[in-house]
Amino acid sequence: MAEIRNYTMNFGPQHPAAHGVLRLVLEMDGETVVRADPHIGLLHRATEKLAESKPFNQTIGYLDRLDYMSMMCNEHAYVRAIEELLGIEPPPRAQYIRTMYDEITRFSNHLLWIASCGLDLGAMSMFIYAFREREMIMDMYEAVSGARMHAAYYRPGGVYRDLPDQMPQYNESPWTKGKKLKRKNEWREGSLLDFIEAFAKDVPHKIDEYETLLTDNRIWKQRTVNIGVVSPERAVQMGFSGVMLRGSGVEWDLRKKQPYAMYDQVDFDVPVGVNGDCYDRYLVRVEEMRQSARIILQCVDWLRQNPGHVMLKNFKVIPPTREEMKDDMEALIHHFKLFTEGYCVPAGETYAAIEAPKGEFGCYLVSDGANKPFRVHFRAPGFAHLSGIDELAQGHMLADTVAIISTLDLVFGEVDR
Amino acid sequence: MSDTPKEVAENFGNRFGDRVSVGVTQSGILTLEIGHEYWLEVCRALRDEEEFSFEQLTDLCGVDYLSHGLSEWDTEGASSEGFSRGVEGLGPGRFDWADRPESSQIERRFGVVAHLLSFRHNRRIRIRCFAPDDDLPIVASLVEIWNSANWYEREAFDLFGVIFEGHPDLRRIMTDYGFTGHPFRKDFPLIGNVAIRYDLEKKRVIYEPVEIESRVLVPRVIRTDSRYKTDDLDLAADQKAAQIAAEEPAGNPKAD
Repeated sequence: MAEIRNYTMNFGPQHPAAHGVLRLVLEMDGETVVRADPHIGLLHRATEKLAESKPFNQTIGYLDRLDYMSMMCNEHAYVRAIEELLGIEPPPRAQYIRTMYDEITRFSNHLLWIASCGLDLGAMSMFIYAFREREMIMDMYEAVSGARMHAAYYRPGGVYRDLPDQMPQYNESPWTKGKKLKRKNEWREGSLLDFIEAFAKDVPHKIDEYETLLTDNRIWKQRTVNIGVVSPERAVQMGFSGVMLRGSGVEWDLRKKQPYAMYDQVDFDVPVGVNGDCYDRYLVRVEEMRQSARIILQCVDWLRQNPGHVMLKNFKVIPPTREEMKDDMEALIHHFKLFTEGYCVPAGETYAAIEAPKGEFGCYLVSDGANKPFRVHFRAPGFAHLSGIDELAQGHMLADTVAIISTLDLVFGEVDR
Repeated sequence: MSDTPKEVAENFGNRFGDRVSVGVTQSGILTLEIGHEYWLEVCRALRDEEEFSFEQLTDLCGVDYLSHGLSEWDTEGASSEGFSRGVEGLGPGRFDWADRPESSQIERRFGVVAHLLSFRHNRRIRIRCFAPDDDLPIVASLVEIWNSANWYEREAFDLFGVIFEGHPDLRRIMTDYGFTGHPFRKDFPLIGNVAIRYDLEKKRVIYEPVEIESRVLVPRVIRTDSRYKTDDLDLAADQKAAQIAAEEPAGNPKAD
């Protein structure tokens, strides 16, 4: 009798459905997965070690490059940790801006997720639909920070600068002119807040479009329903957070349970799944996009009515403005010290967590009183989610593994750090 | 979160006695320092017992306490003498392998820090365990208690060389296949030990000792004076102190 053995298959790292640089070693029995062993670390850049060699503020830029789909949310966790150790609290306007941009980021992350997940499972047009809206979100990032992705906008003590009064417009070009130019600039006549409001009011219709493409689509359902089911007990035990937890029916959202920024001032609902399969996670993410639009509109309202500072006036931590430096010696000295040495953070340790789009993004910060962190550790949601893939993928077909990887919402910047 | 942090701290003290030491940090998360011989026992109780019920291990990481509290640039007396110019690259993470500080100067070098989360009580806690031996740090593995510890412990093993006894699959996770050393240790240089390149003549990838020199752009400075305090900060600190004082029972300052 011939001996039948399982064979091993290499999935990635150069595979479009590997979401970056995942190398998955799959042990297969025919087309069924027996064991999945992810090899990670191909994008390891030792961010935590680099942070130990620089003043606190210089690390903010590295945070953008962790989860490069939700840049500002990463910054938020790190900045909050520093603020907690320093014992400072940013002004309310900065807190509202952070809340608004966290939600814009969440929207952008879920948008890209729905695009790439659709692409992985064969729904090509989803990708093109989503990138239409993503462009506007990139413009919101650019208008406020000057960078389309790696913003470095949140700083300890507030945000780097206030929202601009004028939204940049498209110039006429051989490709964009006449009616097309007018349509593209339609929302951009006023301030950034006007643009964000117009976007957030319009976007529920766009989400309806996505749902007509996917929600009742027979192929989509065949690929996702009852695939990668996680029970609530196992989700908790394996360290899942965010949508991976809520999709399984655990009602847990840090924005509600341990509110930070201005989340206790805004009104929103937390969607929860029932079966814990890929389809439920899809539904939860779509509903979260709608809720994000709701929060954004509330923040826009508040920000319109309440002008004010977006940074603390505390020159020991926050650099003074150019104008202040020009006629104040003290301000000049503070500026010099802050940019050559940075500020010293009192000795201690803290853990600041936020509800990032992918789950709980935490920052464990140890300071020994120096101008650089003694140790930082970033708790990336994707790392815990990927560690559970062996259990999720067992017994599924190879093609279902793609659906599972996709709904874990992995980004290797944060998994490998 | 109905109980005050103080009551919670007392709960832990009463339950575990001298197996743990309890401390509160700025952010209000309680820190339990657990002796390495009780690590598993206390953790199991933290998960299973009704009053604690920490169902999830959110995070676990290694910490190397070598050079904790050391600065590269002495600022005391600088006002009268002026600062020294420049810093030699000998600070934490940057000293040469041969000149690394003796770890015997530090009491216990390697710690494992974990953050637990209780959904039922909506409470977080930080637990820490020091490895008894600096040269061969061994700590019991928590994978049996919380499955999520699996990869976190692999990471701490890879980056710090902490060995987790009882771990089912303790392999390297972050570094390259065939990597030597534990890169997040404070005596591992930031620039690394080897550089990798493709050799045209040998027609293969080769490893060489690094040629670049380590530099210090901003020296590490510890300032214990209150220079980061301003009126705003002092005001907030005073208010907080007054608030804590008001919570203490009057006339009985030595209650704890």
